[in-house]
Amino acid sequence: MDVMSNNLWRVKVGLAEMLKGGVIMDVTNAEQAKIAEDAGACAVMALERVPSDIRKEGGVARMAAPRIIREIMDTVSIPVMAKVRIGHFAEAQVLQALEVDYIDESEVLTPADDEHHVWKHGYKVPFVCGARNLGEALRRIAEGAAMIRTKGEAGSGNIVEAVRHIRTIVGQMKRLTLLGEEELVHEAKELGAPFELVAWIAKNGKLPVPNFSAGGIATPADAALVMQLGAEAVFVGSGIFKSSDPSVRARAIVKATTHYKDPKAVLEASEELGEAMKGLDIRQMEEKDLLQTRGW
Amino acid sequence: MTIGILAIQGDYEAHAKMLDRIGVAHRYVRTSDDLNSLDGIILPGGESTTHLKVMTEEGLFEPLRKFGAAGGPVYGTCAGAILLAREVHGPPQASLGLLDASVLRNGYGRQLASDVHVVQTKLREQRIEMVFIRAPIFETVGPKVEVLAEFGGHPILVRQGNILASTFHPELTEDPTIHEYFARMAKDNGIR
Repeated sequence: MDVMSNNLWRVKVGLAEMLKGGVIMDVTNAEQAKIAEDAGACAVMALERVPSDIRKEGGVARMAAPRIIREIMDTVSIPVMAKVRIGHFAEAQVLQALEVDYIDESEVLTPADDEHHVWKHGYKVPFVCGARNLGEALRRIAEGAAMIRTKGEAGSGNIVEAVRHIRTIVGQMKRLTLLGEEELVHEAKELGAPFELVAWIAKNGKLPVPNFSAGGIATPADAALVMQLGAEAVFVGSGIFKSSDPSVRARAIVKATTHYKDPKAVLEASEELGEAMKGLDIRQMEEKDLLQTRGW
Repeated sequence: MTIGILAIQGDYEAHAKMLDRIGVAHRYVRTSDDLNSLDGIILPGGESTTHLKVMTEEGLFEPLRKFGAAGGPVYGTCAGAILLAREVHGPPQASLGLLDASVLRNGYGRQLASDVHVVQTKLREQRIEMVFIRAPIFETVGPKVEVLAEFGGHPILVRQGNILASTFHPELTEDPTIHEYFARMAKDNGIR
């Protein structure tokens, strides 16, 4: 595909490559950003409220105030990401003017468009988007997302949806590698994804951009779990700053993500952690309260 | 010959692919035990603050420094170059101090300044493609440091004896020239 050899695309995906094996932490102010950086976060995500508070307080969740994002950018030396509402290309323009390092077009915020996502190829700042399955991931990549994160269920403190989404995407990719060329056209139709991308996956067995995991990671073992299932890095939202000791928990999740294949190291990371965030049973939740179903 | 790749975080897999391509055996380094009987080490790109933090907590910092100080070949790309430098700015942070240079983190600016350039080096006649991602800048280099390539008035590829450092990422291109150069450094060191 032509776009993959273009230099702008290469540096967008290049920054995602640099974040692999790391932990990207949600922060709502400069003080939290500093705690995250000191704990070994490889990037921070600036937002107005963490997902569990958005859930609790309700109302429309929007891009964070530029002043807060700028304070965070001035405080830490690691990359700073920020979220825009799905389809809100003017919020994305604002974040590009602010020169954030990555934009997350996120289902955690209230969608601004119920049919269209942002045309991300039109920006110099790279984008990350959420996905629950391969079709969704490939539609986002077609629009220009340079990184995919499985959605999970943000603010739930429950890993079950993150596991479902990473298993779904990895399984769908494996399946494509077994199909003949004539079957791929039909598969592209079923997935609702461009044939070129489907054919690329069939040949390479992986996404053409890094694939990270998000939505429900609350413990070091959660991070080790999704990494072993094929995630290349993790986003932790409410899990850190809604726990009883954010700094210790942040360090522990960084350690478990680096040593995800080493149970002894994950054990060490899991000891003396204090209370994890409380968490929600997804089965007790109503459909309208799910964030993962946002995005098209 | 086996080259270790520091695998705390970052683009260590891209380095592994490049070494596969030129037929050099490699192993990921996450603990000090992983350092045993290596012929060279690559410090990959990623976030230098994260690498420093985890290296220190895992007791890898001192063994890595000793490896380089004892003449073991080390190649740092981007974050790796920051870890090798004697002095780090923007903001200041600890480093292995194996390379007599001062380095400014994110020297060109944020992600919007990331770019791909094709630059002349002393390694061969043809220019080499280089990917710069939130790259650092070498502000000054000491008299024993050989500058192998410059861009925009700053050194971008430098060597001091057994230490090689680049502010860019050859591992994100299709060109193995710089990895081949480092593999030769490691091989020559083994013979000596």
